[in-house]
Amino acid sequence: MASIAKIARRSFLFGAVAVGGGVAFGWWKYRTPYANPLLTTLAEDAAALNPYVLLDPQGITLIAPRAEMGQGIHTTLAALLAEEMDLALADVRVIHGPASHAYFNAAVLGEGVPFAPTDTSWTAETIRAAMEIPAKFLGLQITGGSSSIPDAFDKMRQAGAAARAILLTAAAQRLGVAASSLKTENGTISADDGRSLRYLDLINDVAGIELAEEPPLKDRKDWKLLGRPQPRVDMIGKVTGTAQYTADLRLAGMRFATVKTNPHLGAAMTSYDATAAQALAGVEKIVPLPNGVAVVATSTWAALQAADAISFEWQPAPYPATSAEIAAQLTASFTDAAKDSTNRNDGDVTTALTGDVFDANYSVPYLAHATMEPMTAAAHLQDGKLTVWAGNQLPTQILAEGAALTGLPTSAITVHTMLMGGGFGRRAEMDVIKQAISVAQAMEGTPILLTWSREEDMTHDAYRPAAMGRVRAKLEGDRISAFDFATASSSVVESQAGRLGYAIPGPDGAIVQGAWEQPYRFANHRVTGYRAPAMVPVGSWRSVGASQNAFFHETAIDELAHLAKADPLEFRLRQIDDDASRAVLSAVASLSNWGSPLPNRAKGVAFSMSFGVPCAEVIEVEQTAAGIRLTGAWAVVDVGIALDPRNIEAQVQGAMVYALSAAIRGEITFTDGKADQQTFYDYEPLRINQCPPIQVQVLENLHRIRGIGEPATPPAAPALGNAIFALTGQRLRDLPFAKSIPFA
Amino acid sequence: MPIPLIVNGQNQSLDLPPDMPLLWALREGLNLTGTKFGCGIASCGACTVQVNGQAVRSCQTLLGDVAGASVTTIEGLGAPDALHAIQAAWADAQVAQCGYCQSGQIMQAASLLAENPAPTDAQIDEAMAGNLCRCGTYSRIRAAIHDAAQRLQKV
Repeated sequence: MASIAKIARRSFLFGAVAVGGGVAFGWWKYRTPYANPLLTTLAEDAAALNPYVLLDPQGITLIAPRAEMGQGIHTTLAALLAEEMDLALADVRVIHGPASHAYFNAAVLGEGVPFAPTDTSWTAETIRAAMEIPAKFLGLQITGGSSSIPDAFDKMRQAGAAARAILLTAAAQRLGVAASSLKTENGTISADDGRSLRYLDLINDVAGIELAEEPPLKDRKDWKLLGRPQPRVDMIGKVTGTAQYTADLRLAGMRFATVKTNPHLGAAMTSYDATAAQALAGVEKIVPLPNGVAVVATSTWAALQAADAISFEWQPAPYPATSAEIAAQLTASFTDAAKDSTNRNDGDVTTALTGDVFDANYSVPYLAHATMEPMTAAAHLQDGKLTVWAGNQLPTQILAEGAALTGLPTSAITVHTMLMGGGFGRRAEMDVIKQAISVAQAMEGTPILLTWSREEDMTHDAYRPAAMGRVRAKLEGDRISAFDFATASSSVVESQAGRLGYAIPGPDGAIVQGAWEQPYRFANHRVTGYRAPAMVPVGSWRSVGASQNAFFHETAIDELAHLAKADPLEFRLRQIDDDASRAVLSAVASLSNWGSPLPNRAKGVAFSMSFGVPCAEVIEVEQTAAGIRLTGAWAVVDVGIALDPRNIEAQVQGAMVYALSAAIRGEITFTDGKADQQTFYDYEPLRINQCPPIQVQVLENLHRIRGIGEPATPPAAPALGNAIFALTGQRLRDLPFAKSIPFA
Repeated sequence: MPIPLIVNGQNQSLDLPPDMPLLWALREGLNLTGTKFGCGIASCGACTVQVNGQAVRSCQTLLGDVAGASVTTIEGLGAPDALHAIQAAWADAQVAQCGYCQSGQIMQAASLLAENPAPTDAQIDEAMAGNLCRCGTYSRIRAAIHDAAQRLQKV
């Protein structure tokens, strides 16, 4: 999900350094030059105090301009505003708001700098802060890279404090008292003399109020909402079936569509025959697309039936046709010519790696995102105006894509970002959205709701890349003296940015993410990334490069611990030199009762730092007649400041389940240039009966606040593999594990 | 010929093809969109509703086969201002993340609790194994079902 992070990282990095002196954006400077997007559609009886706070006679609306994919971001973003405004979350409406550069993500590029998250030197911090300049320049409204909270933590509290200060100023004028004498609570302003005004009473009083200075933020000790679990603002809708996802949209005259496109990804359609489909009841139109067709019908079911009745001739895949050929390409990528980066090169690895050397190869397959809600988008083109409804992680990109397809100015395009039935990086892609716009163009005046079948979704993903790792290492006593980590995959940045129309020069940090920046210290330590050719389209999959590299890295570390006859957790603690990282490992040892195995069970541990979050996980397994069963899981993370501990727990549990689904059975293979897996029967995620209890602990030792959507993903696969080794003595170096051993 | 159906206690007459899956009749015929399309082949459970009290996968239940039956969807279980005990337990446990599978999870749980008012973890796992959740809310689903069982026993 760190896609755009890397889009801008290399090309803008040095420009940013050059202007590194002027990095201190205050709220006021930050606010210019992007205009408040709420003003363009503001009703006469409404007031927009800034891009995040809207008052109208119906109530207070807070804008949470990041994609709600299930990670709870709308609740925490609203809480940042509500905390400073002295509002109860139950008393406000929370919406995603319009697509606008004003909602650019300032933090998403911050981790793209070539400094490890543990590096807090002046240079590292200055350059990290300077990344806000290209972020603002690009104006990318993006949800990804676990960056929503780091981006919003100051910005949205400042917006809330400024909104409150404006309301206080207006109330002071109305009441004829000093603003400093007024108090706020639950959306009401009270004067010493007992008079009070609700915020909503001041809608007509706030126009033209300019604050002389940036209002101060509350001390943490005064927080009422932040730092405490909040009921999610979307929860009641989601337990009553009233939450509205894209597919739930119903408009007058709406028609329902689906698509069938070339399973050879990226290739065009040669021809099609829709004669039989057109004769089916309910079918209204067949719309050719560059790589397939859309069927428009009176119901989604009719459209799905008709799509199956169309015959096609497809162009062949522009990449190797089989998984074996793709694997051969990966194997052949460990060459100087394909070298992409050597972000870490401490000591002299080549000289140190002589004599008896540990040497192991690892592999992971392509993975689908497989969100519960298949890709869906709605579009309506009428009277020179385009409206798009879609769950998406890149709303401003939809403006650009819509303008390119229709020729309309972006001012004629409206984007409604809907609740998402899962994202995991998949909804940073524009495919279904562009299709819906194309169908709306062919059906001008008719609102179109386009829904993919599960099979279309599974076989037309931008997959997590297949990857290979090679680790060579040498032990000296109970320590690693030399560690040579090499990893090869296609470039996510090249593939994903390419689809968005960008060409990004320089190395792709995602290839080595989760490896080069790990807080281990070995005397001789090298991390090399190799760029395999672009093959199958690949994209951001929850935790991106760390999802494969943590498996290679932490399996190798475990193997070396066993070779050294050391306790795998102690072995890690000894060689990690970052306090926060050591603390999560120590905490997970206590939480999991590490070192006291139950009969017939064993535990494995793994550690990974991704998106700046140190995360240690322990998984316990048991041998049963039917195969390996997972009996327990424990995770400890450090996010610096835990704004909503209960939501963080949910994200950690969810990331582990997502990762374990992939580790046990997740695999997309290719035959004849097509993905073999079609649906949940052959790409089966973890089910409840296979899911162990998961205990989570959240620490706050980090020096800065971090996001938690992704960082608990990477350690789960190696922790499981290491547990299986501890139980059975069988070392599994290739995912998914179910190819090698049975699971109960 | 229109197909009669009782949906959430209301008599309906649906002028839709008998081979249309109940899922689409509910979602696009009656605009009851709480029931979700996930896979269309009964492997994910997102479309779970009750037909005459039994949990079924509506994507594989043909409208013509349930003519005259009583169908309960998530909308019929409870409403935002009048939550069913299971929905209240779900909200208190903060189960939902993306939420897309949760209508199906709740309808499956309602069937389980109707048959077994105090299920064990193992019984929950067995009954709920057909309902996928990609957000990984399984731990909280177990907790919510235990809580709902207690609430229902007090009613």
